Amino acid sequence: MHAETTSTERKAAALAAFKDLPREPGVPKPDPILVVDKVVRRFGGLTAVDVDHVEIQRGSITALIGPNGAGKTTFFNQLTGFDTADSGSWTFNGRPMNGVPAHKVARAGMVRTFQLTKALSRLTVMENMRLGAQQQKGENFFRALLPGSWRKQEAEITARAEDLLTRFKLIAKEDDFAGSLSGGQRKLLEMARALMVNPELVMLDEPMAGVNPALTQSLLGHVKDLREQGMTVLFVEHDMDMVRDISDWVIVMAQGNVIAEGPPSTIMSDERVIDAYLGAHHDAPLSESDLETQLHEAEAALEAEIEEETQK
Amino acid sequence: MDWITIISTTLKAAINVETVLYALAAIGINIHFGYTGLLNFGQAAFMGVAGYGLAVTVTVLGLPFWVGIFVGLAAAVLLALLMGIPTLQLRADYLAIVTIAAAEIIRLIFRSVAFKDVFGGSDGRRGFSEGFHALSPFPEGEYGFNLGPIPIFFPHWQLWVMVVGWALIALCCGIVYLLMKSPWGRVLKAIREDEDAVRSLGKSVFSYKMQSLVLGGVIGCLGGFIYGLAAGSVQPDVFGTETTFYLYTMVILGGAARVLGPVVGAMVFWVLLVLIYNTLAEAVGSGYITFLTVYQVGAVRWILVGLGLILLLIFRPQGIFGDKREIAIDAR
Repeated sequence: MHAETTSTERKAAALAAFKDLPREPGVPKPDPILVVDKVVRRFGGLTAVDVDHVEIQRGSITALIGPNGAGKTTFFNQLTGFDTADSGSWTFNGRPMNGVPAHKVARAGMVRTFQLTKALSRLTVMENMRLGAQQQKGENFFRALLPGSWRKQEAEITARAEDLLTRFKLIAKEDDFAGSLSGGQRKLLEMARALMVNPELVMLDEPMAGVNPALTQSLLGHVKDLREQGMTVLFVEHDMDMVRDISDWVIVMAQGNVIAEGPPSTIMSDERVIDAYLGAHHDAPLSESDLETQLHEAEAALEAEIEEETQK
Repeated sequence: MDWITIISTTLKAAINVETVLYALAAIGINIHFGYTGLLNFGQAAFMGVAGYGLAVTVTVLGLPFWVGIFVGLAAAVLLALLMGIPTLQLRADYLAIVTIAAAEIIRLIFRSVAFKDVFGGSDGRRGFSEGFHALSPFPEGEYGFNLGPIPIFFPHWQLWVMVVGWALIALCCGIVYLLMKSPWGRVLKAIREDEDAVRSLGKSVFSYKMQSLVLGGVIGCLGGFIYGLAAGSVQPDVFGTETTFYLYTMVILGGAARVLGPVVGAMVFWVLLVLIYNTLAEAVGSGYITFLTVYQVGAVRWILVGLGLILLLIFRPQGIFGDKREIAIDAR
């Protein structure tokens, strides 16, 4: 279940790009769409993100993994303008993006989804989809008052939304309120809605969180499909099966830093990654002297306790 | 008991100037709160700056009526910008705090002794509505008809205010209808649901919230004009926070985020208020109720109206026009 049996042209191209890369954090990629340099975000005394250098290869599916609290979501927030980095810079398609507000990041073609799904509950599924379309004439206050000026565009948007909803098997729900969908369907809707923006880079924050296993396969298929359509995908995920199944390259974060990069097949056997997940000394045997000191400490503690008891 | 008078005043209350001015201001609140999710607790201030903008321009500066209307509109837009720029980037509750404080500041300035020369202190300003009534096509007299035995008549000056007021309500409802059917309205409703999702789809949330605040404020300020023109005066204490809360009551009563919700809400609110007051006052006056005096009736009607609204919210939380499905989603 781990290896792709029917690898496609795009997948082959993505894998070829990664073939001879060294497994070092911040390794340069042949054709990066996103280049991040020295991004730091502190919350008081805590440095949540301190990424020295990282590049995302165009046309690939890159996974961002790491233990809880590694700063993955915070890093996402910096890149997409939802939070302000304390320092650092990053470029998307060569265009500097630091300090750019979230809505302009999305317009530039870098669209994200959220860990906790943000379906617009009291809008219908179709209205959710239409909202994603860019440069809508009817979103201007004065043109909105003249329905004739935006009807034609609205029809085109609706047609595109119907195509996407059919692909994501949500077309039967198009007139239902988004709030009435199940958790998995909301994830699908959020992904479909992000595609309405026509993004170049899709950033998925835990696309599988809370999704019923029956829907997982379909969601995985949709993520792979994004690459087939020429988009670049960067996603945060905890489910290692999924990471192995669909990603072409894996970036590992721990305590705010990028600590390792590599292909999904070997990344989990990387020393640094195991250390980050399980602790540096998890498998080191105890030496004779360690045992001695531990024994003495335990004895001393016991004696102190007994003494306390007798004094009472 | 004089049922003819009770029914006559009650029916008149459904379309009278109070209903008109509250309906206009409530349409504004509906845009803020119902469609965009902005908690503007300072709608009374928008009405106030409009009423005083008109009154001061005409009485103190001696400029014509139309200039006064323009000054009032400009003041409402300016107020929306002033309140919006610092707060719309922040969480929703900040706007609520700032608007309620701003409205009180504005009311206290209007009634302050220091500015008595300009705003007239707690007496307010009067004598600015001649320009408006000069435009009236109705000659002096009483206008109306008899509904069976029930007379429904309005004096000519009041009828003129009502005609203009209802025309404005129709215009505003038409604008709201067109806007909320459009992609522009879709962005507002999406902001009400989740701002971050809207940002992630490439829309400038701040800009849309500001447009909503200005639009609702300008419509609210029309209510302020109607108040000033109907009463022939402006007084600071009319623009207190309770006015804003009545407006919220009307919006929720009619059904939030429904085009006609605030209008019907305002009508029902005033009909109930007038009906209860007149019935109680008549009953006390003719000796059917002995445990109340005529002076207590005014307070008791508010208690009964409050009770009625509580019952309404329990049994019909979506208001008169609301969609029950939306409330069900909210409860998740």
